[in-house]
Amino acid sequence: MNRFDLGLATFVVAMLALLPLMFPSAAVINLFTFTLLIALAAQGWNVLAGFGGQFSFGHSAFFGAGAYVLALGQTRFGMTPWIALPLAIAGGALVGLIIGTLSFRARLRGSYFALVTLAFAEVMRILANSSSATGGAAGILVPLRISPANLQFEDRRLLYWLALAFVAVVLAVTLRISNTRFGAQLAAIRENEDAARALGVDVLAVKLKAIALSGAITAAAGCLYVQKFLYLDANIGFGSWISVEALLAPIIGGLGTALGPLVGAIVLLGLGEATKTGLHAVTGDTLPGVDLVLFGVILILCVGFAPRGILGVTDNARRARSGGPA
Amino acid sequence: MTSPLLRVRNITKQFGGLTAVNDASIDVCAGSITGLIGPNGAGKSTLFAVIAGFEEPTAGQVAFNDQDVTKMEAHRRASAGMARTFQIVQPFAGLTVIENIAVGAHLRHVARGDALRRSQLVARRVGLEPMLDRPAGSLTLAGRKRLELARALATEPRLLLLDEVLAGLNPSEVRDMLPVLRAIRDDGVTILIVEHVMQAVMSLCNTVYVLAQGRIIANGTPMEVTRNPAVIEAYLGRGAAERIARAHGTPQGAAHV
Repeated sequence: MNRFDLGLATFVVAMLALLPLMFPSAAVINLFTFTLLIALAAQGWNVLAGFGGQFSFGHSAFFGAGAYVLALGQTRFGMTPWIALPLAIAGGALVGLIIGTLSFRARLRGSYFALVTLAFAEVMRILANSSSATGGAAGILVPLRISPANLQFEDRRLLYWLALAFVAVVLAVTLRISNTRFGAQLAAIRENEDAARALGVDVLAVKLKAIALSGAITAAAGCLYVQKFLYLDANIGFGSWISVEALLAPIIGGLGTALGPLVGAIVLLGLGEATKTGLHAVTGDTLPGVDLVLFGVILILCVGFAPRGILGVTDNARRARSGGPA
Repeated sequence: MTSPLLRVRNITKQFGGLTAVNDASIDVCAGSITGLIGPNGAGKSTLFAVIAGFEEPTAGQVAFNDQDVTKMEAHRRASAGMARTFQIVQPFAGLTVIENIAVGAHLRHVARGDALRRSQLVARRVGLEPMLDRPAGSLTLAGRKRLELARALATEPRLLLLDEVLAGLNPSEVRDMLPVLRAIRDDGVTILIVEHVMQAVMSLCNTVYVLAQGRIIANGTPMEVTRNPAVIEAYLGRGAAERIARAHGTPQGAAHV
């Protein structure tokens, strides 16, 4: 962590905190709440993949686990969301530990690990879709009962600020991570697993810690989704859409950087929204999926020209100006 | 005489039908620099990997500090006080030099500050201090070999397992490295070194083991070993010892005609 990153992160969080005061329109707040929710899911993915080098294609498993625990806790077990929320986050960590134990114990790395996570997520999607306990294909409706006790707010800005608080906490944790033993060992595993083992790093234990933390963070994003939309089904909770967004944002923003997922999510969803509304204004027609086309193009440009993402580009520019090594 | 720090007993390692190491035994005494040499393909790297815990032996036993570590995982051997380097250097290329060393230092120091201070001391010992903030990927081969050594030392080992730390270095780089290794030994770290560079083995080691075709064929002081006909033949081919002896006009080594 350097002082510049810390300053930039503080500035970004402060601007985001003030945003609803400057733009009180419901559309803006909805868009940014959704953006923060994606950013949070992406922060979770970034802990495991960006810092630890273990690329997952199935982070929807954690997103869905968190979402379902919170939704079912409220509807089936009559829990207050204030109790169900921590349970849901712990549930995400637990699913992480289970998937991690099964795949890391089998020494799965690289694309094999990615495929296995995808398979886990798909299995969970199919189970959630067919089981009556999870509401099956009809999904779960969380009854609208606006009250802070139910984590439902009259003023939509409050949920936005709650999402921002989550993002800010994870931001603070990830800014510090490279200054801890855990972070150093995680980076060592990312760079070279055998060398890490030779230096006494318990590779399995560190990976399990990382996937549990990652799962917990992404589960929190799933919880925010439930409280925002008060509806959940298997294709939302465990669908591949969230797995993809959770990995696109950090790759575009800056893999393995604390701010990358947030920057990537803002750029992606901002551009996606701008394209949709721009097209609508020009043609008078909506073109469903045009934002996904745009995401694909941005990803290709990023991989081709800025493999370290947007923050990598600005980092290089900053170092070039200050005369340091690029 | 005390028991050796590392005791390798009757190690055999088979890959399918191929026997890479066959019934090899080695003792490494505390405070010594012990060498393991042998021609290409002799099984040195396999035996080394078994000792470091990166391969499980088909048969045999490895004991460190009177404790059987044959089944112990590599990272736990590091905690127990065994550290290894890699023949093909394995830097954490995306990290800086000091960050690389700190991964090793974190084994015994939880706090980041302690680990970094420790790393700086180690870097000074191996001559990497001017390069602390350089990315490890930008070092020369000689620099990377030093980094391998520094990272292993940062784990504060009692036994250092060095896999060809001098291979690929030019003679002046080798000359620079020898005093570093001696100083490490003088600080009380026992060293087992697998090496190709004979000059280094001759001047560093107290005891040398020679491995050929998976078997230990000789051991002794460097001088004894290099005069052993079986060793000369292993390196230079059948009958070489005799030819050399004849050319030099001495009866030595021609004992078995």
